[in-house]
Amino acid sequence: MSSRETRNFGAPIRRNEDRKLLTGKALFVDDLEIPGMLYAALLRSSVAHGELISVDVSAALAREGVVAAYTAHDLGDFWQPGPLLVPPPPIEGVIFNLRTHACLAKDKVRYVGEPLAIVIAESRYIAEDALADIAVEIEQLPAVVDLEAALKPGAALVHDDLRSNVSAHVRQKNGDYAAAAAKAAHIIKRRFAYEHGISSPMETRGVVAQWDERAGQLTVWDTTQAPVFLRNGLAAVFGLSERQVRVVAPFVGGGFGPKIMMFYPEELLVPWASTRLNRPIKWIEDRLEHFVATTHERGQIHDAQIALDAEGRILGVKDVFLHDTGAYDPYGLTVPINSQCTLLGPYVIPAYDSTFTAVFTTLPIVTPYRGAGRQHGVFVIERLLDIAAHELKIDPAEIRRRNLIPPDAFPYDNKIIYQDFAPLSYDSGNYEPILNKALDAIGYAGFKDEQKKALSEGKHLGIAIANYVEGTGIGPYEGARVQVQANGRVSVATGIGTQGQGHFTVFAQIVADQVGCLVTDVDVVTGDTDRFHWGAGTFASRGAVVAGNAVNEAALVVRQKILKLAADHFECAEEDLELGNGEVQIVGVPGRSVRLSELAMKANPMRGAVKPGTEPGLESTQYFGPPGGATASGVHAMIIEVDPELLTLEIKKYVVVHDCGTVINPLILAGQIHGGVAQGIGNAFYEKLLFDDAGQLLNASLADYLLPTSLDVPRMQLEHTVTPSPLNPLGIKGAGEAGAIPVGPLFAQAIEDALGLKAKGIELLEIPLSPGRLWQLITQAG
Amino acid sequence: MKPAPFKYVIARTLDEALAAKAEYGDEARFLAGGQSLVPTMNFRMAMPAVLIDINPLTELSGIKANGVTRIGAMTRYRMLEADAGIGERLRIIHEALPHIAHPQIRNRGTLGGNLSHADPASEMPAIMLALNATLYLRSAKAARQIAARDFFVGALETVIAPDEMLTEIVVPHLPANSGACFMEVARRQGDFAIAGIAAIVTRGADGTCTRARLTYCGVAQTPFYADDAAQSLIGGPVTPAAIKQAAALAMEALDPPGNSHADPSYQRHVAGVLTRRALATAWART
Repeated sequence: MSSRETRNFGAPIRRNEDRKLLTGKALFVDDLEIPGMLYAALLRSSVAHGELISVDVSAALAREGVVAAYTAHDLGDFWQPGPLLVPPPPIEGVIFNLRTHACLAKDKVRYVGEPLAIVIAESRYIAEDALADIAVEIEQLPAVVDLEAALKPGAALVHDDLRSNVSAHVRQKNGDYAAAAAKAAHIIKRRFAYEHGISSPMETRGVVAQWDERAGQLTVWDTTQAPVFLRNGLAAVFGLSERQVRVVAPFVGGGFGPKIMMFYPEELLVPWASTRLNRPIKWIEDRLEHFVATTHERGQIHDAQIALDAEGRILGVKDVFLHDTGAYDPYGLTVPINSQCTLLGPYVIPAYDSTFTAVFTTLPIVTPYRGAGRQHGVFVIERLLDIAAHELKIDPAEIRRRNLIPPDAFPYDNKIIYQDFAPLSYDSGNYEPILNKALDAIGYAGFKDEQKKALSEGKHLGIAIANYVEGTGIGPYEGARVQVQANGRVSVATGIGTQGQGHFTVFAQIVADQVGCLVTDVDVVTGDTDRFHWGAGTFASRGAVVAGNAVNEAALVVRQKILKLAADHFECAEEDLELGNGEVQIVGVPGRSVRLSELAMKANPMRGAVKPGTEPGLESTQYFGPPGGATASGVHAMIIEVDPELLTLEIKKYVVVHDCGTVINPLILAGQIHGGVAQGIGNAFYEKLLFDDAGQLLNASLADYLLPTSLDVPRMQLEHTVTPSPLNPLGIKGAGEAGAIPVGPLFAQAIEDALGLKAKGIELLEIPLSPGRLWQLITQAG
Repeated sequence: MKPAPFKYVIARTLDEALAAKAEYGDEARFLAGGQSLVPTMNFRMAMPAVLIDINPLTELSGIKANGVTRIGAMTRYRMLEADAGIGERLRIIHEALPHIAHPQIRNRGTLGGNLSHADPASEMPAIMLALNATLYLRSAKAARQIAARDFFVGALETVIAPDEMLTEIVVPHLPANSGACFMEVARRQGDFAIAGIAAIVTRGADGTCTRARLTYCGVAQTPFYADDAAQSLIGGPVTPAAIKQAAALAMEALDPPGNSHADPSYQRHVAGVLTRRALATAWART
């Protein structure tokens, strides 16, 4: 690229998609209205655990406006337990008991919310009325809610054919923890409880299915994050070829992980009913359903210990934890493996011994939600270091600094296996400058004085700092097709879905630089399997890394085609040409230029012979698969003020310093961080799924399940360092989850500091916290 | 989250509304702002057979002051917020209003609808109790008035009969040298109160407290009136010691039910802290 060409990559460019979104012109699943459309509602179990004796839909069928009602028995051979999405990684001695859900419960119910029947009616109102007509008989069994009780002998079994409620058991080791502990100057052991909540996207899930009998074509509009996977899966279960099924994930109002899960019952039932009735059918999940019908992320209990030398250097960490997987485990081990791996953080931990047991409970299914188990692990290591700092009388920032992996140690092999089946290896990183930047930005050096002065005025300030790494950008691959159109616009298609990430802009930036057009001249299509039919999906902070590099590869090939064609046109050397403003120009000869639109037409001639081996058009389809995940990292720091009587708190300052390699668009990156921190704050201090002993969710509404609002999320100061990834040509690392991961330990640390809890012997070893919970912990301690 | 089928009746006059209520009785609910009723209908927790829409009844909307302040039952929160007279004479109402949900909801929600709904965590019942308001009820056959103190029976329960409507709220003005303060703790701005307090005290010519009222929201099945605590303040200056004693009495009298954000002990504690803070502020404002 010559220096005269524009560089959109890295620039804070406003989003191409915002005009559409802000003026209500973006298509969401619920916007679809098709003539003859019917509407679905599902009857869900009101009991967490029980033998399903009967489901009688006859009265519902008799209601005016009801077209059909189906139970598991009506599905015939279509009734099958669903697929395993992610098989367990190749870890020695792994135990994994696969139990996936079917789309309607048949013999047993295993969580409140599990679908029992589907009603198809002329309106959603009628469909909901008809749900009350269905007679259900369930013989109730004891609910399985508590993780430890679930593993005791005699506990009720979620899956009767297993002899216990163990979903999985995995031990990963590096080095010899016992030997490390034997020579340690200090060992700290604690029990930690960390609960993550539900992702609460602004748009709940939804499915519209249309079976076209004449064309033999099934079209499904779905809020999925992985349209290509879903298309492949649907083709398989319906016995259709992949080209007979089109899945469209249009604009989707937030994904955060749970929308990757498949099959959700509705993703099978709605298309199935459409093929039976030969009419389009819509199902839109309402917020009440969302609380139980979309997957959660929930709790883990860690018994962890850390062995240190007298200077606070980590000699080893041992962790044994329980993980709540819910009633079924279709997503394999991804969440607990992430917890296990991410605990290691940016630190040198010479000996690591980590064992987890994933436990079946009679609660909704657990699958990844932004962070995907990383929070749990980061909480454990960051809290252990805080306690160590206190006991060894070392400053909390200093103990972290002493243990950072040095910059010359990369690639850094942690010698355990990650969720993508590859060894957990950090591709690149430079951690100390991030910590230094964060300490400077938060005013760490002067804080003790500030704190003392505030206290003299009756104000209780607290400070906190937390490190984390984030495995991002895993394989297998993504692809993209780039084409210069005859009207001069450039179209890009990729298989990943979009849920607000800014794909329409960042991919356009990459392409605009390569082919020399305006960012606004690039039209990006995502998530339509008829427009691009290969790929995996949008998850694990991989869209920009994997699809972004595929887009770059395809754009590079198109650039070469443009240069070659233009060189022929001008009868000059390619080196004499430069691209920009939608045209190709001979360097230094103003006026000697040709529009991209003209070249696109030339590349698709109407007459004459074409040389063998030539493809028409200025088009290319390319794929990119990274050899391993890229590891981003960062530090969050926060100052809070706590009301010492009411235990309410206010965030006074929030700093994020982050390294996600090369930055494509700082505005979009900032948005990712802001949103992640907001969800992290919710996780740390507001959101808690409250189940009673019978497995009933007690706070299934947004009035009771508290999401932080704009008033609860502070302005943030964002800073970056750049350590490019060597694993992809653009040097990108993912950023989708960075904001959300370390907020829990930050709250625990800051509250302890503000109220001087450590000196009172009170430690905060759990998340979420709240004023009410702090009151309990403090009064219990006396 | 779609409501069950219901019949919709639009009332053009108060008489039409009352006639419809007389006809349908318990089966019918008045639709005022709809900010509590409609969500409960969408959850199918409420399934009234008939909704009588009283939004056209402009005669029930408005604020008048002549010795007392008369507020029509259909007066929206937003109108109260924007009313300068309320700000002058009954400033505690303005202090409490921002705690009620969010501006969008306050644009629709009505004072009469809120009091009739009688959510114990709600602010206005406690405020009206503290202000010693009188509530005017009408049916097709009769009219009656009732003190706020006798209006609330239990959670979501009032003395309104199946054929009656709350039409007007009459609020007496505070004596000279009175100070009032409303404070609340909720998890987020606009959430239901973990505990809220309305404190009103009057300073006599000799500097002692001559009149005191302390009411709470969120801590009982109805808005709670802490009689003993208020009485303990009368006859002396409102010193920190007197405040401490009143707060202790209030906490003793309270038996909060607890909720998902606060156990009973934290609720009582918050009520105690707020009692101290609100009383000190109210006294400073006398």
